[in-house]
Amino acid sequence: MTDSLSPRDWASHPAYIDPGYKSTGLRGPKQPLIKLPLGLGETLGPRFGREHVFEKDADLTLNGRVNGEPQGERIIVTGRVLDEDGRAVPNTLVEIWQANAAGRYVHSKDQHDAPLDPNFFGAGRCATDDQGVYRFMTIKPGAYPWPNHFNAWRPNHIHLSLFGPSFGTRLVTQMYFPGDPLLPLDPIFLATPEVARDRLVADFAIDVTQEAYALGYRFDIVLRGRNATPMED
Amino acid sequence: MSKLGQTPSQTVGPYFAYGLTPTQYGYPLKSAAGPEVEGLAQAGGPRIRLEGCVLDGQGAVIEDAMLEIWQADAQGRYPGAPSGANSSFSGFARCGTGTAPDKSYRFETVKPGSTQAESAPHINMIVFSRGLLSHAYTRVYFEDEAVANESDPVLALVPEARRHTLIAKRMETDQGIVYRFDIKMQGDSETVFFDV
Ligand SMILES: [Fe+3]
Repeated sequence: MTDSLSPRDWASHPAYIDPGYKSTGLRGPKQPLIKLPLGLGETLGPRFGREHVFEKDADLTLNGRVNGEPQGERIIVTGRVLDEDGRAVPNTLVEIWQANAAGRYVHSKDQHDAPLDPNFFGAGRCATDDQGVYRFMTIKPGAYPWPNHFNAWRPNHIHLSLFGPSFGTRLVTQMYFPGDPLLPLDPIFLATPEVARDRLVADFAIDVTQEAYALGYRFDIVLRGRNATPMED
Repeated sequence: MSKLGQTPSQTVGPYFAYGLTPTQYGYPLKSAAGPEVEGLAQAGGPRIRLEGCVLDGQGAVIEDAMLEIWQADAQGRYPGAPSGANSSFSGFARCGTGTAPDKSYRFETVKPGSTQAESAPHINMIVFSRGLLSHAYTRVYFEDEAVANESDPVLALVPEARRHTLIAKRMETDQGIVYRFDIKMQGDSETVFFDV
């Protein structure tokens, strides 16, 4: 066993330049990446865990309240953060942000003509437990238009940011919802290699669903693992 | 045993600010990390500012990028290093490019020490932005470490003509020592990005 990381699997991640997603054209690197031998800067990483979260940070139906409940469909989003060998990634920070039920972000640059919700902020965070489990209570985000092409709409999604055990395991991704008719039309989702796309889609989970309160979705997240020394030559 | 597939990366999008850098952008949520590395008073060595712009393939400044840095302290010790660490130094900071008038990023940190015998002092950096589907890793080396840079094993992997894209320029200002490190996503002087 070494301290090194298994490689970033480029067959699972989108390419930097994607003809469907226009902004990649001037922003994605064009030169080949240079393979970096792993050192402490890659295999160690910032420590973000339970001490960086308050309990209410994981409940987005609570953390933005001003004078009432947020509008929309309450949902629970939970899952495990794992490495490629199925080992739990404990005590790591998961940060999320999302649009409100109408498809509007709190962000000052979001000009979509849909209402803000005075009782919904749309960002939260939690740390995984010893089994790698994270859990958020939130509102199902709405779809929203974006200027990529005529009649372009982003599917319902939640943005997630994770650290994992090292700087090399850093991941920012998006979680989508099962059966969304916008998925086959979304250039960002489609920029993901086909073999890996379903890993971005949560499962509806009746066992996560809370009786008479909120629908449940399960979304496991797999980070790069450790690179074990091969057993055979 | 078959491995689980890695969860694909997706762009951070244009609206990360209130989720990942809320304090910097004035949103009512405390950021997990800001543009100043924590524990600078205990980090030893000279305080520096690291700043620059992120530029697209036409040289336009990108106003919705986010940078993260991760580095050793002035003695070359990474937080959490098995050989002994400076426990009060976080080694990490995060900054968006949307708040400074010139849309630059500005980190407050210390100049790191060398972490291994042949390795030149450097800061590890990740670039995120709208239009960037997978985050991009780069490294910041220092102009005034020319001798150390000559023997750095990672710089040696970079074609000589591109090495300059990884070297921050040193400036003495009335606010102290500033290292300038612009990031060019594309073009003639595209910054070197690494497959980490
Ligand atoms: Fe979004």
